[in-house]
Amino acid sequence: MSEEKILQVEDLKTYFKTDEGTVKAVDGVSFSLGRKESLGIVGESGSGKSVTNQSLLRLIPSPPGKIVGGSVKLEGVDILKLPKSKLRNIRGNKISMIFQDPMTSLNPFLKISTQMIETIMLHQHEDKKTAREHSIEMLRMVGLPKPERRIDNYPHQFSGGMRQRVMIAMALSCKPQVLIADEPTTALDVTIQAQILEIMQDLSDRLGTALIMITHDLGVVAGLCDRIAVMYAGRIVEEADTESLFEEPKHPYTQGLISSVPRLDKKTGKKLSSIPGQPPNLIDLPDCCPFYPRCPHVMDICKNKYPSEVKTEDGSSTRRVSCWLYS
Amino acid sequence: MKHDVLLETKDLKMHFPIEDGIIFKRKVGAIRAVDGVDLTLRKGETLGVVGESGCGKSTTARAISQLYQPTSGEVIFEGTDLTKLSQFELLKTRRQIQMVFQDPYASLNPRMVVNDIIREPLDIYRNRRLLDMDRKEMEAKVENLMERVGLSRYFKNRYPHEFSGGQRQRIGIARSLALNPRVILADEPVSALDVSIQAQILNLFLELQEEFDLTYMFIAHDLSVIEYVSNRVAVMYLGKVVEIANSKSLYKQPLHPYTKALFSAAPIPDPKVERTRKRIVLEGDVPAPDQERFGCYFYDRCPYRMDVCKKNVPELLEVDTDHKVACYLYFTQEQKSRLN
Repeated sequence: MSEEKILQVEDLKTYFKTDEGTVKAVDGVSFSLGRKESLGIVGESGSGKSVTNQSLLRLIPSPPGKIVGGSVKLEGVDILKLPKSKLRNIRGNKISMIFQDPMTSLNPFLKISTQMIETIMLHQHEDKKTAREHSIEMLRMVGLPKPERRIDNYPHQFSGGMRQRVMIAMALSCKPQVLIADEPTTALDVTIQAQILEIMQDLSDRLGTALIMITHDLGVVAGLCDRIAVMYAGRIVEEADTESLFEEPKHPYTQGLISSVPRLDKKTGKKLSSIPGQPPNLIDLPDCCPFYPRCPHVMDICKNKYPSEVKTEDGSSTRRVSCWLYS
Repeated sequence: MKHDVLLETKDLKMHFPIEDGIIFKRKVGAIRAVDGVDLTLRKGETLGVVGESGCGKSTTARAISQLYQPTSGEVIFEGTDLTKLSQFELLKTRRQIQMVFQDPYASLNPRMVVNDIIREPLDIYRNRRLLDMDRKEMEAKVENLMERVGLSRYFKNRYPHEFSGGQRQRIGIARSLALNPRVILADEPVSALDVSIQAQILNLFLELQEEFDLTYMFIAHDLSVIEYVSNRVAVMYLGKVVEIANSKSLYKQPLHPYTKALFSAAPIPDPKVERTRKRIVLEGDVPAPDQERFGCYFYDRCPYRMDVCKKNVPELLEVDTDHKVACYLYFTQEQKSRLN
């Protein structure tokens, strides 16, 4: 794509040292994000999706974790090489994050107003009064009723869905270029999830924010994202634009993932297909395809070497897959 | 068609008291978790129960199995009301009704090995002389159960933490089958699992049902999971059943405004469908269940609310064969006029 890339992640590696050995939670992840684009990162628990995105903002607790290699370039500047003092300017300002659990990511001792105004004053250099008005405006945009009054409430006075709205308002208040949403609707009920997804889509469109959506739910990304990357055992095994990924999944894992979700709109016959076995242990993973023990198309070479990435250009979009079937 | 009813609840209510005061507790109100639920479980079927968190799905299951003492109402299993039985009588009957829980981490004792976990129900009944089995038979039973649910018998001396989430859920299922029950109440058994594992466990449930002639009440918040496993589905909201129907007709044509909204909110993993379909986005949140309600429980959020809904609670009305809904939109004029 000729479109300008705002975020470029190359060969990112984050390892955790444990007593049993090194856990390669993220092991060579590369992706890029265009302006106003939305990228979905899908994978099961332990596949490294959250660690990848925490690494982007260097939020990995160290020790035990360590980013051992790679680069994360935001408009050409490598975040991983920035001094700590400069990081502040990026976190919450240029790249914002929304977390899964809105209760634990808001400070329970502070009013919403304090938490929001603080961020805006710091990054946008507004005075207190403007910052407050700005906050109220943001809260109104995310559909919080009576924001002038609710802004002075504490987090526990909001329901789960309302708290997530507050988080979104806060995350978008500095007009970041990139919004990373880490399972933002997993803790919410479906009717509330629908509200939140609608707000996120609408607002990122309006403010021109690029979106990285991390989730385990294929249904959530299907409607929201332009492109989808599928992660397995710390690597991206396939990436494609949403339509082609769902229409013609190439990696056996993606195929398995899509067919093991029961569909509301379609009867798929009586028995649901499932992927046998379990995700691998990430400690000291040998240099092989980590999916081979569960793969229906396993070949000898899969057990000896990790497949190299195959890129195909398909009109305007690139898709890539790491599987020996296509090498 | 006449159906054999195996288990039935009649106006089941489970209210949890809200207490105030430091030393002398006084009751200041009640959380109406389950507020008048009538359900029937037919022999050999799977009744799916869906609803959002706090709608009383789990409480209903727990009140049926008498893990909670219901506030009022009846739970009738093969003609006997479980709520009126003595402790010992209850133990005898409850052998037929077992539960599988949501959290495979919290529902297995971390200090017991798998063998002991699965054997515990057998021990309990044997110690009270309700089960005639010697040690050898019990051992064989545990091993058979383990193999049946897809766990190697060589794992029997391991602790729960040595297993993954999916395997733990298999242990929980094996435990629930130990006493050869007829009814299994499965409370969100797959919601803590990843999709690839979820499919394995759902298939296991279906196989076991056929093999052991089981009747399931299957609770989940995921509509597609419920559709996959259920013959009939009950939709709950704020402690009440708002719609109950056979799975086909409910998914083809949901009638209650809440069911409609719920169905339209569930994301579908297909970008083409997802981008063209229209969502009904409900306003607001589910209200707190701490007040007695005199109108329809869904009144505050309903896009079709009418005057009649404000002051009357609609009862479940059969509008089609095997399709009941509690909503005044489907009442005839005559039925409505009888209200006032």
